[in-house]
Amino acid sequence: MVSNKTNSNNIYNFEHTPNLVFDTSLKLENGSVLNKPTIAYQTYGELNHNKSNAILICHALTGDQYAAGTNPITLKLGWWNDMIGKDKVFDTNSYFIICTNVLGGCMGSTGPKSINPDTNNYFGNDFPEIGIQDMVNLQKKLIDHFGIEKLLCVVGGSMGGMQVLEWATKYSDRVKLAIPIATSYRHTAQNIAFHEVGRQAIKNDTNWINGNYIKNNTSPKKGLAAARMVAHITYMSEKSLSKKFGRNKKNLNPLSKIFEGNFEVENYLQYQGSSFVSRFDANSYLHLTRSMDRFDLSEKFNGKLEKVFRSNTCKWLIISFNSDWLFPTSESKRLVNALNANACNVSFVEIESDRGHDSFLLQIPRLYSILRGFLIGAKFK
Amino acid sequence: MKNVRADHYIISKIVKNNSRILDIGCADGQLLHLLEKEKKVSGQGIEIKHDKVETCLKKGLSVIEGDANKEIINYPEKSFDYVILSQTLQTVERPKWILNEILRIGKSAIISFPNFGHWLCRAQILFKGKMPVTNDLKLAWYDTQNIHLCTIRDFNNLILELDIQIDEKFGINKKKVLSFPFNLFSLNIFASHAVFLVSKRN
Repeated sequence: MVSNKTNSNNIYNFEHTPNLVFDTSLKLENGSVLNKPTIAYQTYGELNHNKSNAILICHALTGDQYAAGTNPITLKLGWWNDMIGKDKVFDTNSYFIICTNVLGGCMGSTGPKSINPDTNNYFGNDFPEIGIQDMVNLQKKLIDHFGIEKLLCVVGGSMGGMQVLEWATKYSDRVKLAIPIATSYRHTAQNIAFHEVGRQAIKNDTNWINGNYIKNNTSPKKGLAAARMVAHITYMSEKSLSKKFGRNKKNLNPLSKIFEGNFEVENYLQYQGSSFVSRFDANSYLHLTRSMDRFDLSEKFNGKLEKVFRSNTCKWLIISFNSDWLFPTSESKRLVNALNANACNVSFVEIESDRGHDSFLLQIPRLYSILRGFLIGAKFK
Repeated sequence: MKNVRADHYIISKIVKNNSRILDIGCADGQLLHLLEKEKKVSGQGIEIKHDKVETCLKKGLSVIEGDANKEIINYPEKSFDYVILSQTLQTVERPKWILNEILRIGKSAIISFPNFGHWLCRAQILFKGKMPVTNDLKLAWYDTQNIHLCTIRDFNNLILELDIQIDEKFGINKKKVLSFPFNLFSLNIFASHAVFLVSKRN
């Protein structure tokens, strides 16, 4: 099941450029400090002379900075390749697009597989607990480095949407347009539960070795693949799985073993799991899922979400998908209501799609036209 | 202010500068756009039709896509200076309930609706024995979305019953504002369309 095919560009030795190593340190929300953090990023288009055309695109849990163009690890097109480029929604003729690998990730930004500058060893199990806030704080260092005072727009789906929420509340004076897609201000018990199944799969893989597998020249591939398989189900809908696979069987050979997996949906998930392990680090997966679980925008306000948006000046567009059961429309509506309670400038659209949570990554015409329209409208104000 | 719909013109005169506005059933955002331009309001619309929501976004307007009947319960009390129900009251399922709701979330409400008591409607029913089809009620009974048509007097009576006060009332005929002061009786005959500014009685 988990293939041993190796990509020539292995995530453990590939140099992701451009990147920026800060001489300073990053103080984390939990109080600890990361010295000389690195942020790897990609940009598309040109920054204009008054630096007013920058759009920050935030990737989801297993995404990366290669939002458009060819990803050097997977050799596939970027996760929003149809969205970013000349004459596309995020038109590189007029916008400067920035996408960074998140803190804790495994595509060049400081994460568990990086070398700890304090010890000259892999972080491994020593990597500190990080939060969505810390990811945003590292991104802010890059935005400051570019000399961008105000981002025209911050946009992202799922975990990317959480970063949008953090940006547009903590640094609301630095953001003009905020577009959180298919996301929530905090995880529900169900969200946390699914993540915990994935984490258990990784931690129970004997190759995890308390997170210090790199030193031991191994990696918990089976655990990570299983984690991905569980997660992948949550990104789709029952309808889309049924449509795609139904109860179809691939191998009707009566001699095949009972548990080899004849259902097409089984093979599909196994493929998803095995292709994932070649591009993702297990410790990153543990840390990033944890940071999503811990994220709660209302925490500092005793759970009162309305207070988060007091005198918020951003212009918001909140988008959900009707078949998304991981971050259902009701979660987006809570954000809309909290913004409305503060007379904030908010628009909301629920887009019809039967593809579940992953809809934000797919070429859904209405998603594209809504985003395009919102960006056009923003020019008038 | 050329080419502005007469009811929109009246509303733009009523609304105070820099106020916060909710336009229920905002369609393509024509009124919100006018009010943002003329009165610098901070506005929001609720609209159910996909293409109209997109048009609003393109105009830079804030719009919540959804069914007003379900959306308005989510707004806290007195969150708007004005809640506007323009040509919508006669299409909602529970007009009485929605009037109470909009005066819960708004300090004032502006309601515009076609007047079923207009002489042309009366004449069509009286002489032709048919449901009226006029400039304000363009569609035949089987095509119209209007499920709760009323006359100006009917509306007035409902307002009295609901502990709401009428702050201002206007009549429109042939796309022009009726300029001289009408009483309820004559307004109900000569106005094809009415605009009311109402608020909760203290």
